[in-house]
Amino acid sequence: MTLEMRKVSKSFKSAQGLTPALDSVDIAVERGEFLCVIGPSGCGKSTLLNLFAGLERPDSGEIEEDGHTITGPSPHRALMFQEAALFPWLTALDNVAFGLNAAGISKKERIAKASYYLALTGLADFAGRYPHELSGGMRQRVALARSLCIEPRVLLMDEPFGSLDAQTRDNLHEELQSIWEKTGKTIVFVTHNVREAIILVDRVLLLSVRPGTVRREFRFDIPRPRHFEDSGIAEAAREILFYLRDEVRLTLEGNE
Amino acid sequence: MKTNVWTRIAFVFLLLLIWEGLSLGKIWPSYVFPSPFGVIASMVAGLEDGTFVRAMSASLQRAVTGYTISVLLGIPLGLAIGRFRLARETLGSLILGFQTLPSICWLPLSLLWFGLSNRSIVFVVVMGSLMAIVIAVADGVRQIPTLFIRAGRTLGARGLFMFVNVLLPASLPSIVTGLKLGWSFAWRSLLAGELLYVTVGLGQLLSAGRDLNDMARVIAVMIWIMMLGLAIDKLIFTPSQAAIRARWGIAESEII
Repeated sequence: MTLEMRKVSKSFKSAQGLTPALDSVDIAVERGEFLCVIGPSGCGKSTLLNLFAGLERPDSGEIEEDGHTITGPSPHRALMFQEAALFPWLTALDNVAFGLNAAGISKKERIAKASYYLALTGLADFAGRYPHELSGGMRQRVALARSLCIEPRVLLMDEPFGSLDAQTRDNLHEELQSIWEKTGKTIVFVTHNVREAIILVDRVLLLSVRPGTVRREFRFDIPRPRHFEDSGIAEAAREILFYLRDEVRLTLEGNE
Repeated sequence: MKTNVWTRIAFVFLLLLIWEGLSLGKIWPSYVFPSPFGVIASMVAGLEDGTFVRAMSASLQRAVTGYTISVLLGIPLGLAIGRFRLARETLGSLILGFQTLPSICWLPLSLLWFGLSNRSIVFVVVMGSLMAIVIAVADGVRQIPTLFIRAGRTLGARGLFMFVNVLLPASLPSIVTGLKLGWSFAWRSLLAGELLYVTVGLGQLLSAGRDLNDMARVIAVMIWIMMLGLAIDKLIFTPSQAAIRARWGIAESEII
């Protein structure tokens, strides 16, 4: 077992008082697994990843990596955000090398490794560009390379392709799958896009409306590589959407 | 852009024309209301006999000394106040209080401490510009997108590395704004100080003009002071601010 969350609850203080985000969540992720978590917007998906990343602490419950309690952020667990969150004052290459620099690795090794991961995400020719000179898709690739470059055991991804156009997203899905197959990383991928989830992974967890809790688990055995048009994908998507709509309806009714 | 320049030139010309017309009308005696030609002659004479250059270099030297001290003290103070709650609650409120005090109020105290010396004017310059720099830098640090800090933390940055490689560059645009603001305060404080405490300098040229009833000279010096201030702003601060904003991609979006 790589990552585990047991009976984890988390609330946030706001002007209206305490807003519960997660309620007694149980999740276990196997080593080398690629897991997707989906749910209606505002169900606490991002909070879930922040907890795994160690950026937030739970109110109650336990979060462990390999049996050790997670007490803070660690380069072993890289987090990718919805926005690329690149540092605008660094070139693409220096952004990718940032984590190695923080780890005190020599400049020569840093550049060699960063160049390798930049090439892996197809951006070898853009090493010297600054973030504002890159397109949205390229920025997310740099962010992916930056996360991979610290060679984490776990990759946590918070709707990283949500703001990209369909074409770019398709390409990145393929690249992410091939990177996962090559490196065997444990990946937890959060999205609200059902088809995206099914294309990427074999196991999907559906979160309920806020406060989020694991509502249902889906497993697929669809041959790879997978494409949006495959009939198996459509069938699996229909099943998940049936339950997701139920959750969304509950959200709407709850708001009335 | 070309028409813009011509509009400005035409505007200045029109002002000069009205000015000359008023002085030709002999409504006021010429020592109270000089003609523009008298002022230009005075500007040229001041350049030729070296009084203006001597005064300018003495004044600039004081301004640069005081401003350098303000920058060296202001940036670390601002960073500390922006980052640490304890510093904000103690030093921060003190600085805000001082900021409301016009810098020339420090002159009597400064004369008692440092005597009739260059140092007392430099002290007034420091007190005039330091607070503006500290406040701008502190505000800048507090407005750093939390995304940068979170990205830095998950990549393994902490402590001094985080400070030097994330917080400092992320707040650079506001630091430059603070430096620019600080310079304009330094320049004002300097002239206020020089007017009251007579020694070689631009302020002294102004006082001397008044003592000699030489209004053309007073206006000539005022124009020199204005042009000097504009030149420093346009040659140093505006370009560096523009360069940083372009690199940081601020013109395009807040966070990349």
